[in-house]
Amino acid sequence: MSSESLRIVWVYPDLLSTYGDRGNALILASRAQRRGFPVEVLEVRSDQPLPATADIYLIGGGEDGPQALGAQRLIADGGLHRAVAQGSVVFGVCAGYQLLGSSFFAKGTKCAGLELLDLSSDRGPTRAVGELAGDIDPRLGLPPLTGFENHGGRTHLGPEAAPLARVTAGVGNDGATEGAWRGKLLGTYSHGPALARNPALADLLLRWATGVHQLPPLDDTWSDRLRAERRAAVAAAARP
Amino acid sequence: MPLRAKVASSVSRTAAALSRAAGRGDGSVIGGWIGLKIDPDLLAHLAAGRAIALISGTNGKTTTTRLTTAAVGVLGKVATNSFGANMPTGHTSALAKAGSTPYAVLEVDEHYLAQVLESTEPHVVALLNLSRDQLDRAKEVAMMAQLWRAALVKHSDVRVVANADDPMVVWAATPPPNHDHRITPPHVTWFSAGQRWHDDSWVCPECGSTIAREGDQWWCTGCPLRRPEPHWTVEDDGVIDPTGAWHKVKLQLPGKVNLGNAATALAVAAEFGVRPVDAVLKLSSVTSVAGRYAQVERDGRLIRLLLAKNPASWLEAFDMADEAPTLLSINARDPDGLDTSWLFDVDFSPLRGRQVLITGDRAYDLAVRLDVNDVPFQHVRTFAEAVRAAPPGRLEVIANYTAFQDIRAELDRVL
Repeated sequence: MSSESLRIVWVYPDLLSTYGDRGNALILASRAQRRGFPVEVLEVRSDQPLPATADIYLIGGGEDGPQALGAQRLIADGGLHRAVAQGSVVFGVCAGYQLLGSSFFAKGTKCAGLELLDLSSDRGPTRAVGELAGDIDPRLGLPPLTGFENHGGRTHLGPEAAPLARVTAGVGNDGATEGAWRGKLLGTYSHGPALARNPALADLLLRWATGVHQLPPLDDTWSDRLRAERRAAVAAAARP
Repeated sequence: MPLRAKVASSVSRTAAALSRAAGRGDGSVIGGWIGLKIDPDLLAHLAAGRAIALISGTNGKTTTTRLTTAAVGVLGKVATNSFGANMPTGHTSALAKAGSTPYAVLEVDEHYLAQVLESTEPHVVALLNLSRDQLDRAKEVAMMAQLWRAALVKHSDVRVVANADDPMVVWAATPPPNHDHRITPPHVTWFSAGQRWHDDSWVCPECGSTIAREGDQWWCTGCPLRRPEPHWTVEDDGVIDPTGAWHKVKLQLPGKVNLGNAATALAVAAEFGVRPVDAVLKLSSVTSVAGRYAQVERDGRLIRLLLAKNPASWLEAFDMADEAPTLLSINARDPDGLDTSWLFDVDFSPLRGRQVLITGDRAYDLAVRLDVNDVPFQHVRTFAEAVRAAPPGRLEVIANYTAFQDIRAELDRVL
């Protein structure tokens, strides 16, 4: 942690907050507070400079126009690059995931990304809409990923980025893999919001940010039930 | 009416009646569908000769349509699609069923506004608001505003009644003049009905700059787009008309939101020449709208149904609801939208301190949301269990679309 409290920055909620992305900030803050970490959540709009000294940066989903504008402003601002260089955690969802790569397509145009993750995105043949599930990279030691995806992009990973998960339902990056991670940067197509559906993923980000390897367990009754219900729904939909 | 249209109209009415008799809903969709199959121009034929108002927007259109129908009723018979069947099939069915009427007030799904403008050539169009709704399939808000704008440019003769508080609506209602094609923007009457939800209008649709807000006012920090001075406003429990006269509005519908809807209805009716002083009396006759706001007594519980479909309408429902035990029910079936992420766009903290019960297909999504919102709750499996869990007295029920319909069916299709 860079200061007395855990600083979480929600990046550009005015542009990138289409799919309940506030939820990821709320879940993260709540899970940190319940472990006794003082938390500060900063909502930084796209017309404000992005502080480079926070612990966790959350970048949410958005439609094409706001995504392109968000990427432009993040590149011009430079704050996120400085933060990553200092070891901050970044979690990107959907449009916010795509723009961490080298390029993405918005409104039919190829746009420059932030080049923080070794990946690029283009347009797929169909829009991927529906439940998304996958087995997460065993090195991260997390239970299966669950979420809801809604995107027209396909994402291709380079050698420097590892897939977050192997897809068991839905499309994700390309029907085989979903999301990506490297170091303390992680991206996913999953909303739901992702951290509400995957509290263990929220805890991973907290461990990365705090350096605390063993976080005290929390009462996850309701998210456990939600996960079980979604898993059952995906299984039921897959049955012939 | 041409013979083909007459036949189509008659078959449409018969099909709707059969569907109702078979217990398959109110029949307004199937009737219209069959009529339009026989005569694709049936809606235009049925619309011809009537003075028509179209009411569109993300939220409040069913209620505003109902209130406007009551207000315009001062002048004579009004046809309307009062069952919320708000696509061209529903309009066709409603007009066929109503027979000949001098007036029609039609609720229009925002995606179909351009098409219905084309076929009905209305006298006035009311634009209520635009916000996020069913994200897994609806168009993004800015694109919706663009579609409205493009449609209005082609109808510069229509009168527009639009919400001055919603930047997206203001932008949509004021297309630039196109001198090459001699297109002048339509005349706009502005109303202010208040807007609680701002999260879809921080970015200017014209130039991409940030929209600033202070009190009621809003303005773009990068271009001239700003809040126009409204002609109709809400004050205390009444509405101020363009002459500055205040009219007390006695509604049987709850909340400030419905007072705003009443202001809109008065503004639309005024475009037909209805004096607000005459119209306000009619507004108080509206008790419930397709089951919304309906009150039903069951086992000593006075149950009131509120529909909330998207983040903006949840904020409004909290405003309407009494501080009483509250049941929340959430589904994510096709008509609701399949993605429940939006639950995190809603701040449920107004419910703290009330007994909160939750149910529905997606109650667990809601449970996780309420948990992180510090709102204590109890999960119940059925509506009947919810009724038993609440003490006698008022029970507020807030539900999204299909959850609302499920509960309505349990309460025997209350109207």
